Amino acid sequence: MKTPIQFRLNGEDVAAFVEGGANLLDTLREIVGDLSVKGGCWQGTCGTCTVLIDGVPRLSCITLAETCSGSSIETAAGLRRGSELHPLQIAFMERFAAQCGYCTPGMLMAAKALLDKNPNPTRQDVIEAISGNICRCTGYEPIINAVLDAAREHARSRA
Amino acid sequence: MAKHHGRGVATINYPIGMNLGGDPSQALVHSNPTGKFTVSLSSIDLGQGMKSVIRQICAETLGVPVADVYVDTADSDTGPHCTGSFASRGTHRVGNAVMVAAREARAVMMEAAAEELEVDPGDLETDGRGNIRVKGAPHRSITVREVAMAAQFKQGKTIAGRGIFLVPLSDVDPETGEMSPATCYAHACVIVDVEVDDETGDVSVLKMTSAYEIGRAINPKMVEQQLVGGAWMGMSHALYETVEPYYPDPREGPRDFNEYLMPGPGDICPHEIVVLERPAPDGPFGAKGIGEMCANPVLPAVANAIFNAVGVRINDLPITPEKVLRAIKARGGAVPQARMR
Repeated sequence: MKTPIQFRLNGEDVAAFVEGGANLLDTLREIVGDLSVKGGCWQGTCGTCTVLIDGVPRLSCITLAETCSGSSIETAAGLRRGSELHPLQIAFMERFAAQCGYCTPGMLMAAKALLDKNPNPTRQDVIEAISGNICRCTGYEPIINAVLDAAREHARSRA
Repeated sequence: MAKHHGRGVATINYPIGMNLGGDPSQALVHSNPTGKFTVSLSSIDLGQGMKSVIRQICAETLGVPVADVYVDTADSDTGPHCTGSFASRGTHRVGNAVMVAAREARAVMMEAAAEELEVDPGDLETDGRGNIRVKGAPHRSITVREVAMAAQFKQGKTIAGRGIFLVPLSDVDPETGEMSPATCYAHACVIVDVEVDDETGDVSVLKMTSAYEIGRAINPKMVEQQLVGGAWMGMSHALYETVEPYYPDPREGPRDFNEYLMPGPGDICPHEIVVLERPAPDGPFGAKGIGEMCANPVLPAVANAIFNAVGVRINDLPITPEKVLRAIKARGGAVPQARMR
């Protein structure tokens, strides 16, 4: 039996019918059509499916879609404002923080959750914020530097 | 019970590509009627940046802006043949094939331009910004776009080129077994500093210092990216990852990331890198390949550093705390070796 759910996705109202055990990842990709969310392991161990639910980073592959009714969900597709990229996206490009790119949406969202809460993170804060996200290609160093750059840029733009 | 510091060194002499069947790759380059070029390949960009490097090599050879070259790797059924993206061969093999193809296409482009300008093709040069001009008389020029239009609609020429790169076959000497497996070698030296806890067997990597000799860095930023990430992949294979923990028994292998250990961002260490460029005579613009050889030397360097720290040799990977601890116990305790400076 399918259940109707409603939530906000990147600021817009979304409604969907979902199966009882459907996870948020498959719901976002296959029913809503937001392909910016990637599935890696489907068991909550790789972090690439990270989205923000009411501002908190969550693994969408092990989140039941039904529990998200009434929530506000953010994905990498919503980072950009019109043609203007989010400071994190710019910093990821400039620091060459993506190679194959598969972990990138999850890294961006884990980093956004950090910067929203803590605009002046230390290197250790960044490491902890992305510690649930696995990257095969970069060795993490460019990603950590990109997040620190984005925080500095954000601080400068608000000064 | 103590933590012991150790330093290990390893060097590598890495053959680019292989010699099986001459290790060929093909490329096709053609212009569309507006003077934009497409490189057709069936070589695959796995995220290593081959498309960017090929684009640069092709644009440089043609003498046109990088923005005017598109690399299409879409389909191994319809594209020209490639042996594959492995053995650090992409930049070297495919880059060479693309250079051959781009030279042929450039020759047609220059002939078509010469016909339009009514001069000898040998008197023409490209400015790299989309113009072809008479040497010494730059006011006599024509755009690549105009040339492509004239070739298509007036002269009936195809501005196109074919390229292949094939390694000279090296026969095996029946007496000695000697042969030359590769034509081009990249080199590296890696120093790894570790700390080994003789109570837990835990190995922490404190620092990596390395020098890589890679021919020519076609795209220096991507070279740095590959060296940083690739070296860490080597570290991961040395200390964490294995698909065959009970080799040769295939049962009980890891099924997911709970059982297959991948290091996280908290496990990395500072890595100081020096890149040395000594252009390879048979490389595209002197480039070799940096794919695998940034990871390989890290493994023996880690094993050597552990020996230096506690005096035990671990000969199978990954070097887990359990293996280190068993070896220390078998030796009757940690035996730190002389420190390397």
